[in-house]
Amino acid sequence: MKLEVSGLNSHYGPAHILFDVGFEVGAGEVVALLGRNGAGKSTTFRSVVGLVAQRTGQIRFEGEDVSRLPTYEVVRRGLGYVPEDRRIFTELTVEENFTVGRQPPRAGVATWTPERIYELFPNLGEMRKRPGGQMSGGEQQMLTIGRTLMGNPSLVLLDEPSEGLAPKIVEQMADAILTMKREGLSIVISEQNLHFAKLISDRAYIIEKGRIRFSGTMAELEANPEVRDAYLAV
Amino acid sequence: MEFLLVQALSGLASAASLFLVASGLSIIFGVMRIVNFAHGAFYMLGAYVAFTLTDRFAGPLGFWGGILVACLVVAAVGALMEMLLLRRIYHAPELFQLLATFGVTLMVEDIVVLIWGAEDLMGPRAPGFTGAVTVFGRLVPSYDFLLIALGPIVLGLLWLLFHGTRWGVLVRAATQDRDMVASLGVNQKWLFTSVFALGVFLAALGGALQIPRTTVSHAMDLSIIVEVFVVVVIGGLGSVTGAFVAAILVSELNAFGILVLPKISMVMVFLVMAVVLVVRPWGLFGKPEGTPRAAAGLSIRPWRPMSALERMGVAVAILVAASLPVFAGNYALSVGTEILVFVLFAASLHFLMTVGGLASFGHAAYFGLGAYGAAFMVKFLGAPMELALLVGPLLGLAGAVLFGWFCVRLSGVYFAMLTLAFAQIAWSVAFQWVEVTGGDNGMLGIWPSKWASSPQGFFWLTLAIVVIGVGVLRMLVFSPFGYGLRAARDSTLRSEAIGIDRKSTQWAAFIVAGTFAGIAGALFAFLKGSVFPENLAIPTSVDGLVMVLLGGIETVSGAVIGAIVYKALAIWLMSKTELSKLVLGGVIVVLVVAFPKGIVGFLEDLRHRRRRPPAPDGAGPEAAGYVAKVEAAE
Repeated sequence: MKLEVSGLNSHYGPAHILFDVGFEVGAGEVVALLGRNGAGKSTTFRSVVGLVAQRTGQIRFEGEDVSRLPTYEVVRRGLGYVPEDRRIFTELTVEENFTVGRQPPRAGVATWTPERIYELFPNLGEMRKRPGGQMSGGEQQMLTIGRTLMGNPSLVLLDEPSEGLAPKIVEQMADAILTMKREGLSIVISEQNLHFAKLISDRAYIIEKGRIRFSGTMAELEANPEVRDAYLAV
Repeated sequence: MEFLLVQALSGLASAASLFLVASGLSIIFGVMRIVNFAHGAFYMLGAYVAFTLTDRFAGPLGFWGGILVACLVVAAVGALMEMLLLRRIYHAPELFQLLATFGVTLMVEDIVVLIWGAEDLMGPRAPGFTGAVTVFGRLVPSYDFLLIALGPIVLGLLWLLFHGTRWGVLVRAATQDRDMVASLGVNQKWLFTSVFALGVFLAALGGALQIPRTTVSHAMDLSIIVEVFVVVVIGGLGSVTGAFVAAILVSELNAFGILVLPKISMVMVFLVMAVVLVVRPWGLFGKPEGTPRAAAGLSIRPWRPMSALERMGVAVAILVAASLPVFAGNYALSVGTEILVFVLFAASLHFLMTVGGLASFGHAAYFGLGAYGAAFMVKFLGAPMELALLVGPLLGLAGAVLFGWFCVRLSGVYFAMLTLAFAQIAWSVAFQWVEVTGGDNGMLGIWPSKWASSPQGFFWLTLAIVVIGVGVLRMLVFSPFGYGLRAARDSTLRSEAIGIDRKSTQWAAFIVAGTFAGIAGALFAFLKGSVFPENLAIPTSVDGLVMVLLGGIETVSGAVIGAIVYKALAIWLMSKTELSKLVLGGVIVVLVVAFPKGIVGFLEDLRHRRRRPPAPDGAGPEAAGYVAKVEAAE
C-alpha cells in the first residue's frame, strides 16, 4: 500500500471533526473521497499532512509511520498536497510559485520541471511571468497542482480540484489527472461532484459527518443508489 | 538656500542607518509576524561590538572588516535568540513575542553597561572618509556621502536577494502563507531563523555604521526603536521599499522640523505618521493584511461571571488589603498604593486589549493625561483633591475621545502603532510646552486633602476607587456592551451583519479604557505629589502591556494579578540590585516561556485540567463544522 490511514481522529478546539477515519491507496491508484460540503474531506487531507494540530491515529506512507512528522517532512517524503482553496502565492509569478514547490528528484518517481508542467497545462506556459493573483480560477487551479508536482511527489492529495471551474476546464483537469496517473502517481481526490470523480477514479470512499460510510469500487458505488442518495445527493 | 541643501544632505545621511534598521524590522515582521522590540538592542550591540573590533584592529581592513565581523557576530546572537526563545513561543498570542523581545531589550541594556561601562564611547573615524567635502561653501563630512550612497545600494541588494534567489522567493511566499510553504516541503524553522538573522544583521550594520558619526551609548536602543517603528509603519510593514522612502521622509522631517518649527519638532514625525495611517491604513507601500491573525483576547474557554465562592474569595482579598494599614509601615503602604494605582491602569488596558481585542501601545497617554488633568486643576484653579480627582480624569477621557476616533479605524499592529504615535505626541507636548506643563521639570506640589494625606488615608481612598473601578470594568465585560465588543473582536463581518457598529463600539471601549486610565493617573499624581512627562512615556505604556500579558490575555481579570506581581517585582528588584533591568528582563523572558497564557491563564488551565481530565468530546460534528468554517474563514 502506498498510503494507509487508520483510526484518524481530529479536533478543532473543543469540536470533534473526524471519527476513526481510515482509508487506503494502492500504488498508481486514483481514489476518490466523496462527501458533501462540511463532511470532513478537507480536514482529512489536512490531518494526513499534519496541518491539524489536534490529531490522533496512524498514517503510514510507503510503510513508514509519518503521523508524528511535521508537515514539511511528510511532504518531503513524496506526499504532495493540493489545498482546496488553491492558496496561490498571489505576489509571486507562475515561475516563482514553481520555485517554492521545487524539491530534489526522487528515485523511482517522475521528475517534474516547469517545462513538463507547461505541457500538462499549456495555459500556464503563456503566462510564466504573471503574478498568481492576476490569474483566473482555472489557471490558479492548474498552478496549484503544478506547484505541488514540482516537489516530485509519488502520491498527491487533491482537494476538490473541480470546485468552481467552468465545464471545459473541468474536462481539462480530468485529462491532466489521468496523465498524472499514467506517470505512475497515486492520487486521492476529494469531491462533491460524483460525475467528475467517475471520470478518473478507480475506487471511492464516502465520508459523512466525519465518518467513513462506504468504501468500494466505482462500479460498486454505481450499483448502490441508496448509498449514493443517502450521502451524496444534495 | 545652500544651508537648506546641506541640511537635506545631513538628513539623507541619517536616513541610511534608519533605513537599515527599519528594513530589518520590516523583513522580520513580514515573514514572522513578530514585532521585534529587541531590534533597537541589536542596533546598539552592533555599534558596541564594532567599537571594540575597530578599536582593536586598526587600518582600513581592520575598520571595515571589524564592522562586517561585528554585524555577523550580532546576527549570530540574533539567530541564537530566535532558536532558544522565539521558537518556543510562536504559538502564543502575537503580543507575547513582543513582550519576550522587550524582556531581551531590558537585559541587553544592562549587559552592555556591564561589558562596556556606562560612559559614552567615541569610535574611530572611518579610514578614507575622515575629511569633509565643501558643498556651496559649507563643509559636509565625506562619510555622510558614503552613507547616502549606501542606502540605495543596500536597497538594490535586498531586491536582488528577494527576487533573484530561491531563498528570497521562499521568504516572499512565506510572507503570504506560511502553512502553504510548509505544505510544499519547506522547513520553516530554518527559513525563520535565517530571516531573523538577516534582519538583525541589518540592524547591527545600521548601528556599526554610526560609530564614526556619533558616540556609542547604552541609550541608543530606545532612541532609535521608536523612530524605526514610525518608519516601518509609514512605509508599510513588510515593505523594504516603503522602509527606504519612509526613512528618508522621517530623517528629512527631523532635519528641517528643527529649523522650521522647533517647538513641535518632536511631534512632527508622529503627526505625519498619524496622517499616513488615517489616509492609508497600511502605510505608503504596505498591503492590506489578507489573513488577519486572531484578535488578542480570543479565548476558547468561555468567560463566565464569578461563582459565589469566587466572590467570597475576592471579598476576603479586599478585606485583607483594607486591613493592611493596620500593620504595614509607611513605606509598605506607599508601595501598596502604587501597586493599586497600577492595578486600575492595567485593568483598563486589559479591558481594551482582551475584551476589545485592541492592543494599545500607548495607553500611558491617558494615564498621563489624567495625571496632568488633576495637576492643572490644583495648580491653575486651586481645586481641592476631591474636585481634581473628579475632573482630572476627564482630560484622559478627552484624549481618548480624540485619539480613539482615529485609532479604531485601524486594527492589529497598525492600531498598536497609531496608539503609540498619539502617546508620543502627548508626551512631546508635555515635554516641550514648558510654560504650561513645566516640561522636564514636571509639576510639583499636588498633594491630597488633609483627611487623605496620611499614607493610611490615601491607601484606603485608592483602594476604594480601584475596587470600584475594576468592578465596573468587570461588570462591563458581562454587559450587552461587553458582548457586542467581544462580537466585534471575534468577527467583524458577522457582528456587523447583526447590526453592531464595530467602530463606535470599539471607540466607546477606547474611551472607557482611557477614562479609567485617567482615574489611575490622577490618583498617581496625588500619590507622588507631582507629575512628569514620563508618566505618559513609552516605558509606562510598556509596563501596562507587560502587566496585562503577565496576567493572561485570555482571562477576564488577569491584569489585576499581573499588575501586582509585576509592580511588586519591579519595585523590589530596584531596591535589591544594581542590575534591575537584567533581572527584570530575565524574569519576563522566563515567564513568557513558562506561562505563555499568563499567570492567571496558567492557573485556569490547571483548574480546568483537574476538573475534566479527558479532552472534551461532547461537541458533535455540527459544532465541528461550524468551528472548521470559522477557522477557514479566518
